[in-house]
Amino acid sequence: MKKLLPFLAACLVLALSSFIVLRPADAGYQVGDKAADFKLRNVDGKMVSLADNKAAKGYIVVFTCNTCPYAKAYEQRIIDLNTKYAAQGYPVVAINPNDPAVAPGDSFADMQKRAKDKKYAFPYLQDETQQVARQYGATRTPHLYVLTRQGNDFVVSYIGAIDDNSEDAKLVKTKYLENAMTDIIAGKPASVNSTKAIGCTIKWKRV
Amino acid sequence: MNQLKFLVLAAAFLLLALPGQAQKVDVIKLPELQKRLSRPTDTTYVVNFWATWCAPCVKELPHFDQLTTTYAKQKVKVLLVSMDYASQLDKKVKPFVQKRGLKSEVVLLNETDPNTYLDKVDTKWTGALPFTIILNNAKHKRATFEQELSAEELQKQLQAFVK
Repeated sequence: MKKLLPFLAACLVLALSSFIVLRPADAGYQVGDKAADFKLRNVDGKMVSLADNKAAKGYIVVFTCNTCPYAKAYEQRIIDLNTKYAAQGYPVVAINPNDPAVAPGDSFADMQKRAKDKKYAFPYLQDETQQVARQYGATRTPHLYVLTRQGNDFVVSYIGAIDDNSEDAKLVKTKYLENAMTDIIAGKPASVNSTKAIGCTIKWKRV
Repeated sequence: MNQLKFLVLAAAFLLLALPGQAQKVDVIKLPELQKRLSRPTDTTYVVNFWATWCAPCVKELPHFDQLTTTYAKQKVKVLLVSMDYASQLDKKVKPFVQKRGLKSEVVLLNETDPNTYLDKVDTKWTGALPFTIILNNAKHKRATFEQELSAEELQKQLQAFVK
């Protein structure tokens, strides 16, 4: 037992140190996790929380931004998702996690302009401290999380991509997110609940 | 007028001819990339996934390309994998490679569905760019970085493979 102690201590140190070097990519939510609520500033100046919309059966939370070519490529598809699923109780909530000091085109004023120009019918929130993106484990834009309501809680039901072709919506073969939504709306777990996509790395604040 | 035409032609000719063996960019599919990454050799591969539209990628790219010169005498091979769309090969990728005078091998991965190929490249890759793999199959060593790397950081990480 005496011999075991230093070994255990070493293990602990190792475990702790690996925890410290963990980057956001390694942490974050898995499907099935309860998503913490947040309070973020919308482009209209008002603060928005998940709890605000009592009628929502869930949300399609999208980490996206103004500047990433992939976010731009998916912008219309995100607008269309909101049109389709808000009516069914799952509105889009877009969150911009980029530090405007690193990505100047992602300033709050630029977000306001973008939302206005493109007539966003959903909140476009600024994650100023980047804490929500870290908590969710978002690594890129766009990065989607479908949340479903369970009582007063929201549970992560799908994480990942919108579909399998970022360049051309007309050439999409598999609509990952819509397939998941079909299952979720039918009250079933999504048969494919986690997918990957290429995107722009989130512009984290420089420390 | 004729003189001007001649000058333009001459300039065009020079532009085409001067860079000599201008850096080519092979367009590859996933199996080819997998083959490249699984060779059982004692060469350390530094594989950087980038795109012309990705600002942090473009910023760190010179650090990677520099390795080709710095480690010319060692068993180090830099492979720059462009994730640009294949449709952008002539419009964006080739002019970029040319303009930057990249010395390392550049390929373009022509696949459309990241959800099916990302895990096959590396399960740790969530899809953000830039992404870097340093690997040495003979030594069974592999490290991945889903972030921008500074020149110092890259050197440090690579040293652990070549020492």
